[in-house]
Amino acid sequence: MPVTEAPRHAPSRAVIRKTRLFAVISVLSNVAGNSALTHGLQQLGAIGNTPLDLIAALFHPWVALGVTMLIVWTFAHMALLSWADLSYVMPVTAIGYVVTAFAGRFFLGETVSPMRWAGIVLITLGVTLVGRTPPASAPKGRPVE
Amino acid sequence: MKWLLVSLCVTSTVVGDVFRSLGMRHHGEIHDFRPGAIGGALSAIARNWMVILSTCAMAVSFFSFMKLVSIAPMSFAVPVSAVTFIPETLLARFLLKEAVDTQRWLGIGLILVGVVFISQ
Repeated sequence: MPVTEAPRHAPSRAVIRKTRLFAVISVLSNVAGNSALTHGLQQLGAIGNTPLDLIAALFHPWVALGVTMLIVWTFAHMALLSWADLSYVMPVTAIGYVVTAFAGRFFLGETVSPMRWAGIVLITLGVTLVGRTPPASAPKGRPVE
Repeated sequence: MKWLLVSLCVTSTVVGDVFRSLGMRHHGEIHDFRPGAIGGALSAIARNWMVILSTCAMAVSFFSFMKLVSIAPMSFAVPVSAVTFIPETLLARFLLKEAVDTQRWLGIGLILVGVVFISQ
């Protein structure tokens, strides 16, 4: 396939800024989407196995809101992957697990056990470590399609 | 049924993420966020077979996870679906040729252990 891609540069401040912005949009839309979806599914109860049953579930308001948020997530995630490594985006957006735990704590009054606190600390440490690496590998490290 | 859904969910997520990364890399960096430019980018992306494949795989991943959480507790579904981190990081390193250094591996390891803890 011919090369049509612009060469990649070392991360500039602009790239780091838009990476952070899109990572935040991606995480928040994903957490909101999954929460709305879970809430909707709990209201619906057990769903059937056929594709029609799944499509029917999409018309429940909370499920519809969840799906809309997940569409926002899809676009933000795609944009992020257009300049950042998968091995950067995937771990950094894992902060969503922590956001979900805090959302459960503050909105649903769920208790956070010592074990869950330990999980929050470990995930935050891991995300910080990966977040400190440059978002995109050096140009020589990236194969040309 | 549970493990069938787990393997379907994990496989489709890995395929979806890797092809989304390949497709978006092939498209090139999105840097113009004006509405017209975004429309142009979207129409180009919609014709990219890797992105189309990735979107289909993500749909399978979405429905299988939806089904999984309806038959299994979240404390099982969430950590088990985080297993995707391992094959995805290996594919990022060896197929996408990304620079996965010790710091990234260590971070991903901490996140994996953390996900198991946080789901209990």
